[in-house]
Amino acid sequence: MSDSEDVLATAAGWRDAGETVALATVVETWGSSPRPAGSRLAISRSGKLAGSVSGGCIEGAVADAARQTMANGQPQLLDFGISDERAWEVGLACGGKLKVFVEKLA
Amino acid sequence: MTPEILAALQAARAAKRPLALLTRLSDGAQLLFPGDGVAPALADAASRSLQDDAAATVTEAGDAWFIHPHNPPLRLIVVGAVHIAQALVPMALAAGLAVVVVDPRRAWATADRFPGITLLHDWTDEAMVALAPDTRSAVVTLTHDPKLDDPALDVALKSQAFYIGALGSRRTHAKRIARLIELGHGEAAMARIRAPIGLNIGAVTAPEIAVSILGEIVAARRGAALGVRVSAA
Repeated sequence: MSDSEDVLATAAGWRDAGETVALATVVETWGSSPRPAGSRLAISRSGKLAGSVSGGCIEGAVADAARQTMANGQPQLLDFGISDERAWEVGLACGGKLKVFVEKLA
Repeated sequence: MTPEILAALQAARAAKRPLALLTRLSDGAQLLFPGDGVAPALADAASRSLQDDAAATVTEAGDAWFIHPHNPPLRLIVVGAVHIAQALVPMALAAGLAVVVVDPRRAWATADRFPGITLLHDWTDEAMVALAPDTRSAVVTLTHDPKLDDPALDVALKSQAFYIGALGSRRTHAKRIARLIELGHGEAAMARIRAPIGLNIGAVTAPEIAVSILGEIVAARRGAALGVRVSAA
């Protein structure tokens, strides 16, 4: 009953095939977030996705941030939630809030 | 994440060794626990996180650290390479459990019936002692044969397994309880056995029974109300 490591293996496979890869990890949740802390999403430069950090509500925004991190190597800590001013774009339908850490796989 | 950290996480997974990844959220610096350079307070938090199998964010010297436990998969020990086991094993794998099937009857426990699964043909008590169920193990007995089920249950009840389920009707289970009490087990031990096995979803077919068993294992693991049995017999 854990699946985040499989995402790591998939990410490692992409990297070994020559892709640039970023990892996004849920680090904190409040309220009814669909995925618990520790849930992972791997994103490749070519647009491949593995795993998840939500039920699908914020994956697009996380992928956008991941592209920045892939480009400049800088990790990011993203906030998502109904109280966030970005809620109009990427608010969670469930009403939950979460923080997502995005890093480049070196 | 550096290639070294990624390789260490993958090696730990392959060796079924618990390992926690610690990430400083301000700059992405990472450490491993057990490993070098982890401050005592962070080490305590990492140890707890592995124990509880729950991620946490802690503050150390003014920095927020995300502690991400990477535990080996939960284990499911299936005693009885029967038809229901054939349905249960692939479902359990899909749920992320590591599965081993025990049955001394070689005609049942075959690679044809359980492709890619670890099969043990030892007598069930010997196999169970060797497998040494722990707090991250679930045990189900499915043979319907007291000669095979009872010795396995005897060992399981002396272990810390988080789930013990036994296939069989209420009547079968009442007789089973009498035999296990004769072996020296008390009432508290009997209350640990989930029998008739599985959530009461009216399951009839082998795959339906497998769903009810897997659902009960998840409920027990997650501490859900459905996972609590009001009475054992």
